[in-house]
Amino acid sequence: MNEKTTPLWEVFIRSRNGMAHRHCGSVHAADAEMALQAARDVYTRRGEGLSIWVVPSAEIVASDPGAKDMMFEPTGTKIYRHPTFYEIPEEVGNM
Amino acid sequence: MYTQALNNLEAVTDVEDAGRNAAFQARVDNEYKIEPNDWMPEGYRKTLVRQISQHAHSEIVGMLPEGNWITRAPTLKRKAALLAKVQDEGGHGLYLYSAAETLGASREELNEQLLSGKAKYSSIFNYPTLTWADIGAIGWLVDGAAIMNQIPLCRCSFGPYSRAMIRICKEESFHQRQGYELLLTMCKSSQEQKDMVQDALNRWWWPSLMMFGPSDKDSQHSAQSMAWKIKRFSNDELRQKFVDATVPQAHYLGLTIPDEDLKFDEETGHWEYGEIDWSEFARVLKGDGPCNRQRMKARRKAHEDGAWVREAALAHAEKKKARKAQKAA
Ligand SMILES: [Fe+2]
Ligand SMILES: [Fe+2]
Repeated sequence: MNEKTTPLWEVFIRSRNGMAHRHCGSVHAADAEMALQAARDVYTRRGEGLSIWVVPSAEIVASDPGAKDMMFEPTGTKIYRHPTFYEIPEEVGNM
Repeated sequence: MYTQALNNLEAVTDVEDAGRNAAFQARVDNEYKIEPNDWMPEGYRKTLVRQISQHAHSEIVGMLPEGNWITRAPTLKRKAALLAKVQDEGGHGLYLYSAAETLGASREELNEQLLSGKAKYSSIFNYPTLTWADIGAIGWLVDGAAIMNQIPLCRCSFGPYSRAMIRICKEESFHQRQGYELLLTMCKSSQEQKDMVQDALNRWWWPSLMMFGPSDKDSQHSAQSMAWKIKRFSNDELRQKFVDATVPQAHYLGLTIPDEDLKFDEETGHWEYGEIDWSEFARVLKGDGPCNRQRMKARRKAHEDGAWVREAALAHAEKKKARKAQKAA
């Protein structure tokens, strides 16, 4: 097999007005235009989308799952970032 | 997909493995989903690549027996439905390849394994579609069996596989219903058409039961796959569910299941079925089914005939890129 490989693209779809684009899978395509067409055919056969983003997979930078604790643990102790940390007398009403 | 650079493919020493393995198993036991860049035992990765790619190959090869009837569908409505169904199966293959690729396998490599005959696909697609009734029988029985098998896979421990299965299951219901409705129409039309449906059932029934794989006493990989929560039910459990669901549907059509030993067990509430011809199953898996050679030939031809398109598309993309760079300079 000495064929050149066709680049991989990640596909993101906005399913409804007001929703964010959401990752749904990937496609192989030679260029961005063909990636959009392939993504339409593969991921929106039943009106699942109003808008598609395709991003070259190689361009995505991800956090290391092995460093998950170091990355996210510090916020675990910052309970003062949540509204329930503060006590407001009941007479004041909803806040 | 995601970032393949992070996919940790180097071998880990056994000592390290023991601790990581235990932590991994604990996550699986707690119904955590495993994602592509998480640490996983090599066996888990290998099993999944093999299973997901085989599943993908089956969807792709599965387009062939039905594709055979698209141009000969009896009405425009049936033709549109069949075309949409076959297109869905192509889509299913692509969702699954995309899930397998998150584990570090490349599409080219997976495709090569199919074309060289190294990778297997479901035995069912090596049977011929002789009449229009076969199209109904495939939707009803083959997609019906696939649904039984795929619903528990929606809860598979590997995230991308589970998400692909959820998407697929949403689309499968249409496949089964269009098949059953097609058969219902034929059974109500004329005796001749009803005979055709019975003949299709006679040919597809046993191969459909074989789709669930070897019987539990001969199944090699089951225990480990169950522990890893890739598999949730045994082959025989799923096969029984399928028989219980399908026999009454056959009776509703006024058809006879081609099994003299079939009987309803009042006590267990299950339909007991006769012995499956496992030598036929082994023969078809090994490559000696009625259509194995034809299917592989068709896949290889499609790949070779498409080579110039892939080449041209890449050349065009490179030219465009170069032109853009020149303009910017
Ligand atoms: Fe499918
Ligand atoms: Fe299907």
